[in-house]
Amino acid sequence: MSDQAYEEWRRAFADAPLRSVPFTTMSGIPLEPVYGPSDGEFPGVYPYTRGPHASMYRSRLWTMRMFAGFGTATDTNTRFKDIIRSGGTGLSTAFDMPTLLGLDSDDAMSLGEVGRCGVAIDTLADMRDLFADIDLAHITTSMTINSPAAVMLALFVAQAEESGVARVSLGGTLQNDILKEYQAQKEFVFPPRQSMRLVRDTMAFTTASMPKWNSISVSGYHIREAGSTAAEELAFTLANGFAYVELARNAGLAVDAFAPRLSFFFNAHIDFFEEIAKYRAARRIWARWMRDVYGATEERSLQLRFHTQTAGVSLTAQQPEINIARTAIEALAGVLGGTQSLHTNSMDEALALPTEKAARIALRTQQVIAYETNVTHVADPLGGSYFVEELTNEMERQAEALFAEIMAFGEGSMLEGCISGIERNWFQGKIADSAYELERAFNRGERIVVGVNDFREGNDDDIETLRITNADEKKQRERLAAVRQNRNDDLVRERLAALAASARDPEVNLMEDLIAASVAYASVGEMMAAMGGVFGRHVEVPSI
Amino acid sequence: MSLRVLVAKVGLDGHDRGIKIVARILRDAGMEVVYTGLFQTADTVALAAIQEDVNVVGLSMLSGAHMTLAPLVVAALRERGSDIPVVVGGIVPPRDVVLLTAAGVAGVMGPGASDHEIIATITNAALVS
Repeated sequence: MSDQAYEEWRRAFADAPLRSVPFTTMSGIPLEPVYGPSDGEFPGVYPYTRGPHASMYRSRLWTMRMFAGFGTATDTNTRFKDIIRSGGTGLSTAFDMPTLLGLDSDDAMSLGEVGRCGVAIDTLADMRDLFADIDLAHITTSMTINSPAAVMLALFVAQAEESGVARVSLGGTLQNDILKEYQAQKEFVFPPRQSMRLVRDTMAFTTASMPKWNSISVSGYHIREAGSTAAEELAFTLANGFAYVELARNAGLAVDAFAPRLSFFFNAHIDFFEEIAKYRAARRIWARWMRDVYGATEERSLQLRFHTQTAGVSLTAQQPEINIARTAIEALAGVLGGTQSLHTNSMDEALALPTEKAARIALRTQQVIAYETNVTHVADPLGGSYFVEELTNEMERQAEALFAEIMAFGEGSMLEGCISGIERNWFQGKIADSAYELERAFNRGERIVVGVNDFREGNDDDIETLRITNADEKKQRERLAAVRQNRNDDLVRERLAALAASARDPEVNLMEDLIAASVAYASVGEMMAAMGGVFGRHVEVPSI
Repeated sequence: MSLRVLVAKVGLDGHDRGIKIVARILRDAGMEVVYTGLFQTADTVALAAIQEDVNVVGLSMLSGAHMTLAPLVVAALRERGSDIPVVVGGIVPPRDVVLLTAAGVAGVMGPGASDHEIIATITNAALVS
């Protein structure tokens, strides 16, 4: 092999701005930005196994993006400001179950769920309160929402433009990954093909009008949380990513126009080296497929960038303080694997939503890794380890085998393969089988979970957990009632009718209709119902 | 005769990893298991339980809505003259266990319950009723 990759890396590194800290060990030993033979792989150079950027954390630490949301928009706004004050550098919005399913807070099905697992957003008025006094031109925002993602994007744009920030300057991420909803998280509303039309509309809209916006965060996190193996998380996530690439391409978008705005979201589970191998394999596979299969040529189309969240499912209700240690180990795996942003779970999340103190400890855990350990000085520090390199190759082999199965369902199309795999319950069955197999291993005592099936002394200790009362639900219903009272109902009806009419023509992009309805204070539930009248609903056939 | 169990997801919570594992554990223990699928209401669960003539109803809840929804399922059964016991599994803070019991819930299983505990909770609920 030649030293071409080294030369490419050297030039890119020389151009990169560096943080002004001494890049030495604690004892003063100077450190190179990356280690390895000059004819090997380098970060920032195809196939990016060792990282998407040449200088990695020497230029910029990962974004410490803490996921938060509960109660009313005003409650969550207060938590957002706490996060920014404590040194958080990005916001990530958790929505409540009704919002995630496109229902209003006063819907009968919303009973008991309003503001419980996240913030309740019904109309533009809530969106305004959610981001009050937050500088959206400088703080990026991630919105974890899928079925009603297009509606939430419309509300966000309407809110920003009302406050004087043009859509073109908005930075952030919409999760908008509907395929994994059918496969794993199960927050679906419309049937798969109708949902994919909305994904197409958001991709086309953001590509044309919001150049700083990440249109989809292709998410393996929920696939893993639902029980998949690491290789299944890797394969299903990338397959979904390829499906979105084909969707956009079919809509006439040039691959290099939208691919740079796709980002990824992976789990950081407790098996330390397997996780690091998974991230390395993900970057390599994405780069190769994007170049060789989809014909991308821009560097940013080939560079897989990802957010990481530590594994909620690894947390225990027993002796919850131990979860701080689990989360620290998982977060370190994300960092050594080269993540671009990170959310660390709080110790009490196997019991309830986190208290402010627990959330702060979780953020502090990231800060310890970032500022005390010096692991940020050297890119891909485990690259070249015989073990990690082989595990990376094995992840890749397993993923390729799963891609072949999905491709076969779709007769050569990953888009059709993913939809077909959902319709035939293939993904769902694979995930449930892997979850059951792992559970059997815990039950037989072959795998130890500290505090659960061994080392149980101390399990009687209780910790304080967050209480959310039904008062928030009542408050939110009253707020919605007030908005309905004060808006121009004729205008709302007119704009919802226009939305439904556009929905009937599959060639029309629905984003402008959604923004117009949002500005008129149509609610999330009303906009979803207007589209639902045309799209219908998805019902999953229950299987054990 | 083997026990018949209806396992159900009530409300909007789509997390189904737990309920599928519990369903398989109960089935492996020789019970007959019926799964409702997602997004059920208290009424649809009560009707299905009576129609399927089950011995126990198991609710799986992760979203924090258990204090609202579990008592509604108990009430929906009792209103129809059924005494089928209701058991809850999922993310339930310790202080809520007492409240759920007071509301007529026959058993609560938290995260980390072993298959032995799950089978015992269901069997006990069926025996007591």
